[in-house]
Amino acid sequence: MASVFTGAPPQGGPGYSFKQTPTVALSGERQHSFYPYTDNGGSTLGISGADFTILAGDTRSTHGYNINTRYAPKLFKIGGEGPENKGSRIVLSVVGFAADGDALKERLDTIVKMYKYQHGKSITVAACAQRLSHILYNKRFFPYYVHAILGGIDEDGKGALYSYDPVGSYEREQCRAAGAAASLIMPFLDNQVNLKNQYEPGSGTGHDLQAKLAQPLPRKDVEDLVRDAFTSAVERHIEVGDGLQMMIITKDGIEETFTPLKKD
Amino acid sequence: MNHFPQAWGRPRDDVYGSYDHSHFQTNGPNQHTQSPIVTGTSVVAAKFKDGVVIAADNLASYGSLARFTDVKRLRKFNDQVVVGFGGDVSDMQYLDRLLLSLDIRENYSSTENPLNAKNLHTYLAKVMYKRRSDFNPLWNHLLIAGLDGEDKPFLASADLLGTTFSSPTLATGFGGHLAQPILRKLLPDEASVERVSEEQAVEVVKECMKVLFYRDARSMDKYSIAVIKKDGVELKEDEKLENQSWAFAERIRGYGTQTA
Repeated sequence: MASVFTGAPPQGGPGYSFKQTPTVALSGERQHSFYPYTDNGGSTLGISGADFTILAGDTRSTHGYNINTRYAPKLFKIGGEGPENKGSRIVLSVVGFAADGDALKERLDTIVKMYKYQHGKSITVAACAQRLSHILYNKRFFPYYVHAILGGIDEDGKGALYSYDPVGSYEREQCRAAGAAASLIMPFLDNQVNLKNQYEPGSGTGHDLQAKLAQPLPRKDVEDLVRDAFTSAVERHIEVGDGLQMMIITKDGIEETFTPLKKD
Repeated sequence: MNHFPQAWGRPRDDVYGSYDHSHFQTNGPNQHTQSPIVTGTSVVAAKFKDGVVIAADNLASYGSLARFTDVKRLRKFNDQVVVGFGGDVSDMQYLDRLLLSLDIRENYSSTENPLNAKNLHTYLAKVMYKRRSDFNPLWNHLLIAGLDGEDKPFLASADLLGTTFSSPTLATGFGGHLAQPILRKLLPDEASVERVSEEQAVEVVKECMKVLFYRDARSMDKYSIAVIKKDGVELKEDEKLENQSWAFAERIRGYGTQTA
């Protein structure tokens, strides 16, 4: 019989396997034109009080100069029962790249729900906060491109607020603004919440000046502060607007409010 | 008969000589889509009080060349949902096959609760996000139109980055610049959806298709339009733009040979 083809894999190649792996190093550099991130704009803000924490965020979602939608929440209840998170006492706010924000929220929510199944008790904010840090740090080399703020009530019944960078560095704070208008809102908060650059009248000049001491604010004041911060941010930042979503966490649960903002 | 299945279907060495494997390089790295090749332009959609209207033209462009003029970019899914595709057409065809296999699987497993628009949007958004996270994106911008679990109108988008959002009106690509302002005049917020009839929604979407044809160079006057309601999907794939007015062209000054 005439010689039929050998059917053997070619020399030097990886063969006819279905999954091919590169065997030769590629010469030169390859250019990627795909960038996996975008900025969806918007701003968030959190303030903790003596027995409550308020988280707020505008509801505009942008892509460049386009508005994707006027209602895309950046605040998410974490834990609790079912898809509506009934009975939850923790809120996560994420701003930055919305797709990563949603993925992060779903991961944390699942973990907090699994925690309750496995331990028979709800997770504390402190534990949840540290877990969130680990989730972010785990993706250190392909980060979730978000600034997260986590709010809740701590074990002493005090308002708790944690803020994060995209790779998981975190700290507990009294107040924090994040996102597009963070640089506009944060100095206002420093002045009005932590009373920075405010001194006791008549306490003298120079080194004699007595700095005003910051104390936890009542809830009404904080809500007004948040609304003022956002109405002002809307005036000066194009990516902020449309609506203001607020979540107020107390020992009795989470209250949610919505205030329209300018849509221009 | 050759006993090596790997060699089946290949040219016989004794007839053609041994195959030159350099013609079919398999030992390089897998290539990912780095830019779209054959593309579809805008998809526009709007909710109305008992459903959603969605439309896209039938053109697939190869750069600035109008390459394929009969490409259907609206896809029906299990008679309840319509997916509109903007962006790369080959990735659209991949997603089409993916949705077909999903539909077949669903039909075998459960018959009581078919996937609704909301379910399908979640699924597609996760596919898109997974692919972008693998640095192997599906170069599309999808609009998913239909009804949610409570039979309320549902309209949402998912893009190549996995970004998702929902709005009473949505438009991809050029439509985001040209169609959205027109659509938002009729449907400024979620509350206004209740006040808009099917006829109004269809009319405004057709108007948008016309404006897009006037000003988007990669568009065409043949388009598909679908209306999704509780009693099913009405999909028309061979519509032609009507009542075009080129009167404005007379007044345009300053282009080409026209100097004064």
